[in-house]
Amino acid sequence: MEKLSDFQALEQYRQKLIAARDPEKPTITVCAGTGCKGCGADGVVAAFKEELAKRDLEGKVDLLATGCHGFCERGTLVVIRPQEYFYQLVMPKDVPEIIETTMINGEVVERLLYEDPQSGEKVLHEKDVPFYKYQQRQIFAYNGHLDPTDVGNYIALGGYAGLAKALSEMKPEQIVQDVKDAGLRGRGGGGFPAGRKWETVRNAEGDPKYVLCNADEGDPGAYMDRSLLEGNPHLVIEGMIIGAYAIGSNHGYIYVRNEYPLAVQNTYIALDQARELGLLGENILGSGFSFDIQVSRGGGAFVCGESTALMASLEGQPGEPRAKYVHTAERGLYEKPTNLNNVETWANVPFIVREGVKKYRAVGTEGSPGTKIFSLVGKINNTGLVEVPMGITLREIVEDIGGGIPNGKKFKAVQTGGPSGGCIPAEHLDLPVDFDKLYEVGSMMGSGGMIVMDENTCMVDIARYFTEFLSEESCGKCAPCREGVAQMRDLLTDICDGKGQEGDLELIEDLAETIAATSLCALGQTAPNPVLTTIKYFRDEYEAHIKEQRCPAGVCPALITYRIVEDKCTACGVCKRVCPSDAIEGAKKEIHKIIVDKCIKCGACIEACKFDAIVKE
Amino acid sequence: MSFEPATIDAILAKYGSQKSALIQVLQDVQAEYRYLPQDALTYLSDALKVPLSTVYHVATFYKAFSLKPKGKHVISVCMGTACHVRGAPRILDAISREIDVEPNTTADDLSYTLETVNCLGSCALGPLVVIDDEYLGKATSAKMKKALAKIAKDEG
Repeated sequence: MEKLSDFQALEQYRQKLIAARDPEKPTITVCAGTGCKGCGADGVVAAFKEELAKRDLEGKVDLLATGCHGFCERGTLVVIRPQEYFYQLVMPKDVPEIIETTMINGEVVERLLYEDPQSGEKVLHEKDVPFYKYQQRQIFAYNGHLDPTDVGNYIALGGYAGLAKALSEMKPEQIVQDVKDAGLRGRGGGGFPAGRKWETVRNAEGDPKYVLCNADEGDPGAYMDRSLLEGNPHLVIEGMIIGAYAIGSNHGYIYVRNEYPLAVQNTYIALDQARELGLLGENILGSGFSFDIQVSRGGGAFVCGESTALMASLEGQPGEPRAKYVHTAERGLYEKPTNLNNVETWANVPFIVREGVKKYRAVGTEGSPGTKIFSLVGKINNTGLVEVPMGITLREIVEDIGGGIPNGKKFKAVQTGGPSGGCIPAEHLDLPVDFDKLYEVGSMMGSGGMIVMDENTCMVDIARYFTEFLSEESCGKCAPCREGVAQMRDLLTDICDGKGQEGDLELIEDLAETIAATSLCALGQTAPNPVLTTIKYFRDEYEAHIKEQRCPAGVCPALITYRIVEDKCTACGVCKRVCPSDAIEGAKKEIHKIIVDKCIKCGACIEACKFDAIVKE
Repeated sequence: MSFEPATIDAILAKYGSQKSALIQVLQDVQAEYRYLPQDALTYLSDALKVPLSTVYHVATFYKAFSLKPKGKHVISVCMGTACHVRGAPRILDAISREIDVEPNTTADDLSYTLETVNCLGSCALGPLVVIDDEYLGKATSAKMKKALAKIAKDEG
């Protein structure tokens, strides 16, 4: 591939790519994101390849393995273009039928269409599926349309036009001003205005300056950054180059979780291709501006999402945060001015530059413009990644897009902000979601994890879970976090084990206040949030554990017993066979019984019983 | 697998022997040997001119590194929040019972390593278990039993 010498060359290359592509040419797009891969997407792609060869359709039909489409619950997802037929739950064995029926006969494979659970009607197109219908896909727009390992796909869809505009028409100061005016706030957690940070780094003294991308998405339950980086890496890279130009930096790093192998691989490929085209490296597009990006794979430490810890890790040190008397914008990586934004924040930048501030602000709220990608997971029917305008209500996300709670269970809470956030109960379902509103109810945006919980989720167990997570991930540098969070975990574990005492809640609240006030970094400062919000909204559940030794949700093993409902038991013997501790007795045709002393409460019998004859109480 | 300086040299060459590359180098060493052999750490300390104490600090700080050899089969159970609310702890217990290996340890005969991971970003598949890089979504204890039985059978 020849280098693009200037802006015209990029535009000519784009036109050449567009001209070479017949929009009416039949195309099979298969989602090959990590979620769909887990459902067997690689097998589906291979089956399509084989079948196309067998039918002599190679060259007549394009096969595109794209990044994540978001609707992971229904993987593997396949979209047939130009008709835009949307097939879900596709298995390799379905492929010959798709080729025969749709690609050859032009008909629809009815059984692979999505069925709207409310109306019972089959939905033909992706955009009409409720999961997608209520979304506004601005950042995710091209995820399902391009092969992330082919920069040509991105360029044909308008990619790097924002960069060309920035370099050819705009002064760095104006880009900073635009990002400020657009009101872009950091999507990684705190929601700090990106433009202000850029300005500080730009004005800071020191050379060189660094531009970093935080792709160390450690928040359990959030995976939009993985999906962006593996599905459309050039979008993130383009954002970073624009940012570097605005800030005046020639060195960039992407710090990516090694637990995301596909994202790592696609990032490397994308960087190589961008370099080959002269979009990265010396004298980008003949503008005189030079910038390059290195990849650094994280070592698997949650705390490295914190800015100073991330920078320590980039320097090859343990990821321990430092006090921020001096901001990283002034003295960050190698003591030089450093600008750090996360993947999704960078992915917003090309849109702002290309489409302008006004169009960007047309979506979202006054204080939080634009869209936000959430990972809607947990006890929800439509699990996946959703991009929605800021200001949408929780109810719209959970009910309209998410399709409500499975198995007719009752909604209990939604947890946002990961281990730094909180649990929001049903009474706040009509809360418009933006940075400030979530903060008002004791939670936070975080990176956008949204874990839905139903009546069978124990809120004390959730608080214990997050506290345990944080005590393991605490780097140990400062005492309030290292010791305090561990104490909090022990108290919560006792409560879950039925050993809670009167006064424990007050003690936890007291401890929480100290941890929040005195910890060195945000990991410790926000560690009490999951505990405090659950105590605030679900105090009765805590009290049931402490005073009555009862777990109302039926989760905490020490506080529940399993029982066989005699009326429902058919004496089939399945539970007896799966029980690992021989705790079920009963001969053939004899109603079974659980021996409580032997039962280890593993749940294998409930899972195996087809007659719902085993209950926890 | 015994430690060979040539292997480490090849890895070091990729990163230009910079101090800051320590974590990246360790990642590659870990990938090569499936753990960090002690000799390799000493060798790296000399080659990168990083104190051995710092090498150990880094090697023990990050979860990606292991100072002990991992088992032939590595089973990772995702303990992310989405998997947790869908019952990951019970799945972990079930696997642990089945192969008789405590979570986050390796069997004495190096047959299995059972580890927990903090979210693999495949929440729709939760609870998620990864056995030797193969993703097994919507895990149940019965499914796990079957998968483990298959490994045991293949091993003879």
